[in-house]
Amino acid sequence: MSDWPLLSLITFLPLLGAAFIFFIRGEQEDIARNARSVALWFSFGTFVLSLWLWFSFERGTAEFQWAEEVLWIPGFNITYRMGVDGISMPFVLLSTLLTPLCILASWEAIKVRVKEYMIAFLVLETMMVGMFCALDLVVFYIFFEGVLIPMFLIIGIWGGARRVYSAFKFFLFTLAGSVLMLLAILAIYFETGITDIPTLLDTRLPPEMQTWLWLAFFASFAVKVPMWPVHTWLPDAHVEAPTAGSVILAGVLLKMGGYGFLRFSLPMLPEASALFTPLLIYPLSIIAVIYTSLVALAQEDMKKLIAYSSVAHMGLVTVGIFTVTQQGIEGAMIQMLSHGVVSAALFLIVGVIYDRMHSRLIERYDGLVERMPAYALMFMVFMLASVGLPGTSGFVGEFLVLVGAFQVNTAVAVLCASGMVLGAAYMLYLYRRVIFGKMTKEDLRTILDLSWREKAIFAPLIAVVLWMGIYPMSFIDVMAASVANVIDNYEAALAAAEGPSLAALWPVE
Amino acid sequence: MDVAVVFLPLIGAIIAGLFGRQIGDRGAQLVTCGLLGLSALLSLVVFHDVVIAGNVHVTELFTWIDSGSFELSWALKLDTLTAVMLSVVTVVSCMIHIYSIGYMAHDKSIPRFFSYLSLFTFFMLMLVSADNFLQMFFGWEGVGLVSYLLIGFWYERPSACAAAIKAFLVNRVGDIGFALGIMGAFFLFGAVGFDQVFAAVPEFAEARFTFVGIEGHALTIICILLFIGAMGKSAQIGLHTWLPDAMEGPTPVSALIHAATMVTAGVFMVCRLSPMFEYAPVALSLVTYVGAITAIFAATVGLCQNDIKRVIAYSTCSQLGYMFFAAGVSAYGAAIFHLGTHAFFKALLFLGAGSVIHAMSDEQDMRRMGGLWKRIPYTYGLMWAGSLALAGIPFFAGYFSKDLIIEAALGAGSDAGVFAFWMGVSAAFLTALYSWRLILMTFHGKPRMEQSIWDHVHESPKVMIIPLFVLAAGAVFGGAAAPFLVGDGREAFWGESLLVLFGNDSIEAAHHLPLSVKLLPIVVAVLGIAVAYWMYMAQPGLPAALARTFRPIYLFLLNKWYFDELYDALFVRPAFAIGRGLWKKGDGAVIDGYGPDGIAATTISLAQRISRLQTGYVYHYAFAMLVGVVGLVTWYILSRLG
Repeated sequence: MSDWPLLSLITFLPLLGAAFIFFIRGEQEDIARNARSVALWFSFGTFVLSLWLWFSFERGTAEFQWAEEVLWIPGFNITYRMGVDGISMPFVLLSTLLTPLCILASWEAIKVRVKEYMIAFLVLETMMVGMFCALDLVVFYIFFEGVLIPMFLIIGIWGGARRVYSAFKFFLFTLAGSVLMLLAILAIYFETGITDIPTLLDTRLPPEMQTWLWLAFFASFAVKVPMWPVHTWLPDAHVEAPTAGSVILAGVLLKMGGYGFLRFSLPMLPEASALFTPLLIYPLSIIAVIYTSLVALAQEDMKKLIAYSSVAHMGLVTVGIFTVTQQGIEGAMIQMLSHGVVSAALFLIVGVIYDRMHSRLIERYDGLVERMPAYALMFMVFMLASVGLPGTSGFVGEFLVLVGAFQVNTAVAVLCASGMVLGAAYMLYLYRRVIFGKMTKEDLRTILDLSWREKAIFAPLIAVVLWMGIYPMSFIDVMAASVANVIDNYEAALAAAEGPSLAALWPVE
Repeated sequence: MDVAVVFLPLIGAIIAGLFGRQIGDRGAQLVTCGLLGLSALLSLVVFHDVVIAGNVHVTELFTWIDSGSFELSWALKLDTLTAVMLSVVTVVSCMIHIYSIGYMAHDKSIPRFFSYLSLFTFFMLMLVSADNFLQMFFGWEGVGLVSYLLIGFWYERPSACAAAIKAFLVNRVGDIGFALGIMGAFFLFGAVGFDQVFAAVPEFAEARFTFVGIEGHALTIICILLFIGAMGKSAQIGLHTWLPDAMEGPTPVSALIHAATMVTAGVFMVCRLSPMFEYAPVALSLVTYVGAITAIFAATVGLCQNDIKRVIAYSTCSQLGYMFFAAGVSAYGAAIFHLGTHAFFKALLFLGAGSVIHAMSDEQDMRRMGGLWKRIPYTYGLMWAGSLALAGIPFFAGYFSKDLIIEAALGAGSDAGVFAFWMGVSAAFLTALYSWRLILMTFHGKPRMEQSIWDHVHESPKVMIIPLFVLAAGAVFGGAAAPFLVGDGREAFWGESLLVLFGNDSIEAAHHLPLSVKLLPIVVAVLGIAVAYWMYMAQPGLPAALARTFRPIYLFLLNKWYFDELYDALFVRPAFAIGRGLWKKGDGAVIDGYGPDGIAATTISLAQRISRLQTGYVYHYAFAMLVGVVGLVTWYILSRLG
């Protein structure tokens, strides 16, 4: 089964598509049309391939599956190594699901440099998928950083009025974090002589080194998540990015931070994690939940509002991961997947009316339900999922995280739970201003409801939202063993660490 | 079959909601009413099966969440409590569906309305048949959602939208308590299924844990958290502000959701969790106090409202208070009994009010009504039936349930119970007073509306009146269930669905109270009617004179104890102001100002300053070198000497 390189295929198929598009020649019109079709077919093909991954994935084991290994730079012992476990596999699917939807969403919205746009998106998909599959630190770093380039271009070229400022802000913020991570990776390499992730997961790093490594990784992942106070690039980037860019940004890129915490910080640096969880993670996450929810309440731009809500939702993710309980981590995973789908959908929702009226300002709209009932319904479903109504994906994630938090620290749970009210407040307020009320703006009277293409984009997302809400077991089953493994290793490491340090404090006589 | 009872309304809601345009208004009405009628019939069969044949069981559908030891399924728990609730909910809902055919006939989005009603019924049934905390929470939030949708049904009115959001958010505040309570229960018992938790309660009866720095009796903390959720949903004092505003929704909605079913969910929850609350006496007395205060508070406010629906809304709030203090003194059977009778007579009152509003061309202000009784005699008679039941006049349904609650409070013998008794008796007086104030202002006296409206006043169509008669039958004869629910057969009837610890049986104690106590509620009720007659028929100038004399008190009551103003000043405005401040100042000025923008600006200005050094004049460079040499030499000498 695993003798053919499925993961490499999924990773590099979009790149092949990009190469295809690169060689398209002809009239401007034809290039655009062909580029769209090729991009759609390649990304769709990638998705179908990744479905194979979903079905063939063996549940109930924490082993890395579909592992591949090719010696890459022999002198430095660096290997091209791929593989997925229950933690990374769902993210691969999330990426491959969202990319074709993004391409569909850009079908009519992008009119200039279509060819380059599609190439950027396919390259971006390769980078994202590769990052989740990589099992070697160097390979991981290359993909992790590689994501920045197409995203930088997408914001900077196809973005809105302040696109250059936003693109640079995005780039510099993330790069500043990543440089520290690179240092940390080098430090690990010089300490252990390996960059092989599965082996590193079983290697114990000296505690005094862990502190610095943890902070370095933290700098990189916290910017990605983003955690307060390094979140300010996100609203700007979202507002200026084209719709599809926001979708990938919110849907996948933010998850890279959470994934990093779960893959590196927690298992490789357990002592430092235990040290910094109450010092950094909990306070910053709680501030994120409350602070950004309040800020979201005051927004006038729809995309900014959803961007701020993302920060609040991701705050719950970081809490969940560092509770290191089965419920907390699984909740964080579900929350990430759910947020990946829901916030992506919400950006698409905004994109729909932006395409029609070319404005993201809330005050520009009112009473849309009158003319756009189908749109109002779709918006309602995603809004409720964002609010965390039981029966939608948002609830399962949020509730499990809080259950996990409650066991560790009730105050954290109570403060995070306040997000339940604040989150509902800004979303309902947004919905009411845009969808309800009397339609008073003259030019809205001719606005059209969703087209078939748009319905086709939303249908799979709604299906996933309800599926994850009503029968989340199909997702929890996938990740349970890997999550349990992380927790076991973490506790074992802490127990081992506790022995000597306790002995130092109370010498046995 | 139990699955069918619960899911038929969902099917109806989906058909009417998604295919409303294809099947048309009539089709949507037929589908939803038909399926709900079927569900109501089946629920009676289930009632027979569970209660009379004694077939208590759980129907498991499939696993919902299984994360570590946090495992639960979608499942329907069928015991007496559920069976009673199933029947009440489906029957009342069915009547209201039929009534709505007439009431909403002129509306432009009929399929949407019926879809919402059926969807609501589905969530309510999920709530009452839940076999674990999370499914209950699912139903709980679901009914909240549909309540939000229905309050905002006429979305073009800004007031309706505002009321809808308010309802959702105030409920959410309570839901935080509920959610934390669930987490606490899981933390303590390691399970969230009712059966597992209830079985483990005695074992953990004395357990303690620390919650946000407060170390205390674990069950008490959990029960209080859960009760906060109940307070939100059942509009108890403090979290009640959404209920009167919820009257912005269509009247059938007020009847179904904001009187008969959803708002009673909190009471149902406390009764369902009686095996936990019984071991948390402090929590129970809190329930009693809150219920008793709400009963009297809402009754005083109801006395001064002029909107016919708001009077009934405050009445609902007050009656919910009764149910809570019944539960608080362990008279769970009486609470559920009153829940059932109240569902019928309050739905009747609301729908009667709806019939009045319908007749009055959408006028709701009682000051512009009067003299209607001749024109709409059926509605008038039905309103009397409902009011008599509400006031607890003998042999109407409310007499059996409400009087028992008041007696049980005294019978319990605790401080809280005695307090609740006096509050209950006073509220009973006020209840009769505001009920007859409503009847007299609406139906008697001189017509105070414009001639054109008066000419148009007409009795409602049959499709609206017939459901009212069914509900009236419940309001008049509902007391017949007393011997089973709260009489000597009650233990056999409820089985294991309610738990009353030995020594807490206040219903038993109530049966042994002296006659004078038993007569007291009736006497005050009759007195209330008499006072209402005196004030609004015999001496019509009296209320205005009273309002003038006691103006501060009148204003205090008219403005609903200023709760809305207080919350607005405490929470709503600050939230927006802080949000704006954090955004502009926090994100904009501080984080970006000192972070990326600041660093960028510093880099640029530094670069500019450094560039100024490169002047190109040799003597500048020479001077700099000289300064450097002098500096180095000085340093060398000083370090050698030192």
